[in-house]
Amino acid sequence: MYYIDPHVHMVSRVTDDYERMARMGCVAVSEPAFWAGFDRSVEGFRDYFRQLTEFEPKRAGWSGIQHFTWICINAKEAENVSLAREVIQMIPEFLDRPGVLGIGEIGLNKNTRNEATIFQEQVDLAARTDELILIHTPHLQDKYKGTRMILDMLRRDSRIAPERVLIDHVEEHTVRLAKEAGHWCAMTLYPVTKCTPARAADIIEVYGDDRIMVNSAGDWGPSNPLAVPDFIQEMRRRGHSEARIRKIVYENPLEFFRQARNFQFTPPDTEPTESAVGV
Amino acid sequence: MTAQITPQPAADTLERTFLEIRAKLLELAADLDRIERGAGFEAVRDDERLQNIRKALQVLLEPGTDRAERVQMIFSDPYDPHWAD
Ligand SMILES: [Zn+2]
Repeated sequence: MYYIDPHVHMVSRVTDDYERMARMGCVAVSEPAFWAGFDRSVEGFRDYFRQLTEFEPKRAGWSGIQHFTWICINAKEAENVSLAREVIQMIPEFLDRPGVLGIGEIGLNKNTRNEATIFQEQVDLAARTDELILIHTPHLQDKYKGTRMILDMLRRDSRIAPERVLIDHVEEHTVRLAKEAGHWCAMTLYPVTKCTPARAADIIEVYGDDRIMVNSAGDWGPSNPLAVPDFIQEMRRRGHSEARIRKIVYENPLEFFRQARNFQFTPPDTEPTESAVGV
Repeated sequence: MTAQITPQPAADTLERTFLEIRAKLLELAADLDRIERGAGFEAVRDDERLQNIRKALQVLLEPGTDRAERVQMIFSDPYDPHWAD
């Protein structure tokens, strides 16, 4: 089955991972901008955004995977408000590049005032530039409170259409909040701190398969870039139809991404055009 | 909200997961034993994390289909609707 991993930090992964993902049926990835494990300078961010929009799509292409990306300053580095504002000023330079889907992953980390300030400024940027938004919700004990705070801030900005926002890393206690507010949701299959394939399948069984997707959030931490195929396997084992599984791992991400100004996707079963075939 | 979709009958799920559940319970029992036989257990007996673990175990004994959500809430910071004021 073809699938899309809608949240994976491929800059932290090796080319062999792209290759293994392709063999498992991955046809596209979307890569949000995130924390590198250390705090960067403004110029460090510029180089990172170039990597996301220039080299990473090329590297994905070597395995036949289409690469999309999101640009922002993450919640952790947003704690430094003056640095964050300089980065936000630079972001529009990258928004018209091919493959850029919107602003993300913005959000909260420790639910601080500074994080909330910069979150709102990036939501404002997305509203002014007509970009989709991908939102990181905090982990562990901060998740419920942080998700409520994020939903409060989105509700207060009347320019934001809920269906143009994806709330990521939802779990049993936050999925309903995000869905009832009209947003898209994603579940992250990540060892120990987030969701498992079985719990993600449970959440689908309880809340349905509309406006929801699953991702690996594979990054430089202990993570598994092949987590989406694990979810597919779990759903099959329980007797879910191929149509339902395909909706969650392929059609739903496409439906959300298609709202992006810049989205251009070539379905995997497209016949090659004559110019692409060559002579 | 969308109607619930659970294709597997309860008996099938029980059959498939019984040994996993048993293994997880044993794992948990051994973890708690290890904490209790460690030096200085008295000092952590009422640690907030252990208290929350006990609350979560209580939830597992109650009937229902929302226990995962209730356990999540035990390990969650409270939300104040006036946080922005
Ligand atoms: Zn991420």
